[in-house]
Amino acid sequence: MQKSSRLAIYALIELASNPDRQISAAEIGTKYRVSSHHLAKVLLTLGREGWVQSIRGVGGGYSFTGNAKRITLFDIISLFENTSTACKLDRPENATDEEWVLFDVSKEINEISMSTYSSISIATLLKQVERRQVSVKKVVETVKN
Amino acid sequence: MTETADSGMQSAGIRIRRATAEHLPHVIDLDARVTEEEKPEFWQDIFDRYATRRVDQRFFLVAEKEGFDGILGLIAGEVRGWEFGSQPCGWIFAVSVDPNERQQGIGGTLFSEICKEFQQAGMSTVRTMVRRSSPLHMSFFRSEGMMAGPYTQLEMHLDEGDSVPSRI
Repeated sequence: MQKSSRLAIYALIELASNPDRQISAAEIGTKYRVSSHHLAKVLLTLGREGWVQSIRGVGGGYSFTGNAKRITLFDIISLFENTSTACKLDRPENATDEEWVLFDVSKEINEISMSTYSSISIATLLKQVERRQVSVKKVVETVKN
Repeated sequence: MTETADSGMQSAGIRIRRATAEHLPHVIDLDARVTEEEKPEFWQDIFDRYATRRVDQRFFLVAEKEGFDGILGLIAGEVRGWEFGSQPCGWIFAVSVDPNERQQGIGGTLFSEICKEFQQAGMSTVRTMVRRSSPLHMSFFRSEGMMAGPYTQLEMHLDEGDSVPSRI
């Protein structure tokens, strides 16, 4: 997964988990240790999709305007990367059996990745984060006791 | 019957209980509407095996609501073990919710109830296998917290002519 896709996912998680807040690119950037300049570009793309909106001025920032249950990782990644599973063999009409066999393996892996990304929504990621926080809390309490 | 399924669960008027012979026509009807294929013999066999025998390890649950004619949904599974070294675990092989009754948490309630049954049967893991190209099932199980496990599904066509799909 490319950096822009990861930043977009982090930003959407952050904004969707704080629906009542305006959050600046700098604040998100600080939390995830990434450049707010790069993040601002990514947020612009997310804004074009109608998933975030920005409010200028004091107290301004970005807020989540999408449907967390509907936006999948695949939808997000597709904005920044080529997610096509179409044949990428150079001149397929001349490809050898060996090239086709290796292509089949790559295609299998790619299809698994894409179907996994398609099945995970922002809402599912938020639930996963909550579950992890509960698990971590339990471990910390166990260690303390 | 275990206490969980026998006592049912009240959530927004939804009651989860074990399938009985009275539910069978509704199960067949629901599945036919969802899959567009009527399979009465299959469901009769599933009912015979999963609702009447070894019911401490086999669970066939339905969701119903007062005033609703039929069932809202179903889930079926069993305790499976020792397949290629797998420790016994809960295995879900069917889940379905009436298309007109979705987005109300019925699937999640059914999933939660069968997980409780598996836990009461001593299991600590639940598994399933779904079609990769079925976003409905993939998204559902993901949203319930399921992730890829240590096993992977493999298959091959027994007709040799079908073994080179990329070139066809």
